[in-house]
Amino acid sequence: MKNEMEIIFDALSDNEGFARTAVAAFIAHLNPTLEEMADIKTAVSEAVTNSIIHGYENLYGYGRPGREAGVCSEETGPARPGRRANPGKVHLRCALENEILHIEVADSGKGIEDVERAMEPLYTTKPELERSGMGFAFMEAFMDDLEVESAPGKGTKVRMIKKIGVGGWIGHQC
Amino acid sequence: MEQIAAGDFQVIDDCLLIQLPEEIDHHGAGFICECADRYLVREEVRNVVFDFGRTRFMDSSGIGIVMGRYRKISCFGGRVYAIHVDRQIERIFKLSGLNKIVEVLES
Repeated sequence: MKNEMEIIFDALSDNEGFARTAVAAFIAHLNPTLEEMADIKTAVSEAVTNSIIHGYENLYGYGRPGREAGVCSEETGPARPGRRANPGKVHLRCALENEILHIEVADSGKGIEDVERAMEPLYTTKPELERSGMGFAFMEAFMDDLEVESAPGKGTKVRMIKKIGVGGWIGHQC
Repeated sequence: MEQIAAGDFQVIDDCLLIQLPEEIDHHGAGFICECADRYLVREEVRNVVFDFGRTRFMDSSGIGIVMGRYRKISCFGGRVYAIHVDRQIERIFKLSGLNKIVEVLES
């Protein structure tokens, strides 16, 4: 059985939840284990967040949909005065071939200069964001295969593969 | 999606208790960090307790939240604790080495 889907969405942090939920719904009929589902959602979230933060440099998650300007307070929620989101699209493609799930997350953002370096755990080009530098490490750990294709100015393409239905915890314990 | 609210931050003695939302990703992380830091400055708390009881999803942004707060309070001798940690979150803790700086409390 072969099944494919493709979604194109704006590079906004609001869409991180949408992207991983869409992939989860796409594979739901295969009855993946809770662990497999969590692994795939986390990997998608990491890849999409990378495109948004690093590819298009939309650095801040706004926490509430549509809020971009104004004053941050506990009542009104987060807001960043004067900051507008950079335009850009993230392409998410999924293909199911029997029990093998292929995911591709692509952007046409600024690209990665040194892919090998970027994939090192704890390495981050944006330490001021208080992120962990674990994005690629998580994708690698949670999926069976990871490929990153990128060049400065050419955007980034992340391809991931995972076999569903093998019982997530076997061989994955860390 | 349910988001974090002001009532999710509670100061008990010298501890800041943070009730984390159902989904922890980059989208909501900035707000959690900002609110937490405001409490750390205003209330002069020493320790931070993260409650994962409601949390069903977390990516590496969660690591950033915990690590960032740890950096801010550890220089004053403060500690970071985590409660209601499920199997998937514990796995993320181990994978990132976070379990070395955060004490996971059984509850």
